[in-house]
Amino acid sequence: MTATAGPTRRDFLCAVVGCAAAASCTDPTHTPFFRDHLLEMSPAEIAEMVARMEAEYRERFGRDIKVGTQGPREGVQFAYALDIARCVGCRRCVYACVDENNQSRDPQIQWIRVLEMDKDRGIDFEHANPYYEADEVPRQGHFYLPVACQHCENPPCVKTCPVSATWKEPDGIVVIDYDWCIGCRCCVSACPYGARHFNWREPTIPPEEINEHTHLLGNRPRPKGVVEKCTFCIHRTREGRYPACVEVCPVGARKFGNLLDPNSEIREVLRSKRVFVLKTELRTYPRFFYFYGL
Amino acid sequence: MKPRSVGTDPREGASRTAGPWLLLAGTCAVGFLLGSCGESQAEPLIHQHLFDEPYDPTAEDLGKIEVEPPPFSDGVFPCTDCHDPSLPVKGTPRVLKRAHQDIVLHHDEQNRWCLDCHSKVNFDKLHLASGELIDFDESYRLCGQCHGDKYRDWRRGIHGRRSGNWDGEKTYLLCVNCHYSHSPAFQPIKPKPAPIPPQRTP
Repeated sequence: MTATAGPTRRDFLCAVVGCAAAASCTDPTHTPFFRDHLLEMSPAEIAEMVARMEAEYRERFGRDIKVGTQGPREGVQFAYALDIARCVGCRRCVYACVDENNQSRDPQIQWIRVLEMDKDRGIDFEHANPYYEADEVPRQGHFYLPVACQHCENPPCVKTCPVSATWKEPDGIVVIDYDWCIGCRCCVSACPYGARHFNWREPTIPPEEINEHTHLLGNRPRPKGVVEKCTFCIHRTREGRYPACVEVCPVGARKFGNLLDPNSEIREVLRSKRVFVLKTELRTYPRFFYFYGL
Repeated sequence: MKPRSVGTDPREGASRTAGPWLLLAGTCAVGFLLGSCGESQAEPLIHQHLFDEPYDPTAEDLGKIEVEPPPFSDGVFPCTDCHDPSLPVKGTPRVLKRAHQDIVLHHDEQNRWCLDCHSKVNFDKLHLASGELIDFDESYRLCGQCHGDKYRDWRRGIHGRRSGNWDGEKTYLLCVNCHYSHSPAFQPIKPKPAPIPPQRTP
């Protein structure tokens, strides 16, 4: 068995003969096809898999991509708040997110979608426009509502996944195991926020633009045929840093922190501002709050 | 504030007398439609945090805050390089002709002028309404005199951008890092390109 990924003739035969035979002719942890579910793998098996992954990326991109596996921290529940009174719709967050999280440039995948809405109508998704072009924003009579994964406490995408390739981590981040995803796109249609994106074709990123700081469940390069979405920058936030979009927002509309810490920014927003979530009636209980900061 | 409980809603009593059987049937139907009949769901975590005790301002640390340096134009600071402290200061509002002509005040200009913020005692300092002299890197105290609500939010981290760590060291920005002090309103900016609408693959 070589270190490269992808099905070999041997792998195929192993699959045909069955799992018992597979175990006898190859170590199952060496291939994405025969490994266990991530939550059932031992740390040693995960380390081995990550090493294989990094070698594969080195060969493919010529870059030293580090795939982190940092787990959730005790006593931390992540939450996010966005001030829609301040957002000007400049899309700086969209492109910071694309760069940070190695999203495909062609075909284009963007985890954050900024919706332009009419002030007269209020929040009305049917008349929202994500494709607005302007010389200057904010445009007269409009306001802006950026939408990405809401990291619901009761996530419909997780419920609908037939193979448990997506789940909610103990710190509240909804993650996807790209090697376990079968590309059925049930989650894409289940998500009421349009937050999940499917790789219809092989994603492409110029190798020099790849962010080498990655996470197994986050921004590591994805293959064709899997679903991806915002992970609250899991590779940054699990190390204690702010997500990339928080640090780039020119009007400081984005707030992030630990819901369990009474002194966190997020708790201050919940305490002192008018807060709402999108599509309350679906009882998804988003961990992504919108507020009026003025 | 006490957490709001279901029973305290006055409308609750009305619906209870309006026919418990109807209510039961309705609940079952809704539960069936949502595909979760019989599934008991724990109370969402967020509900436990929406109704907190009010903020305790006495617990707030009012010490000096580490901030980014003020964004001075090139060669403008220290002010005493040009302003000779031994010369007398003209104490009246007027149009500047010999220097600083580029500064156009759009910040309550009907009622304000230079020396409301800049000190005439020490040109390298600002002054508060009390007369206390402060450094430029503490200018947030000066702004906070009028914009108290923004100052409060900024101190607690919900006004303005912070970078660094959500659970540790953060970098704050001064008010003037984002708002030009002489004309503080945000100027419109050019947005990044729109996403490409989905297309049918050939």
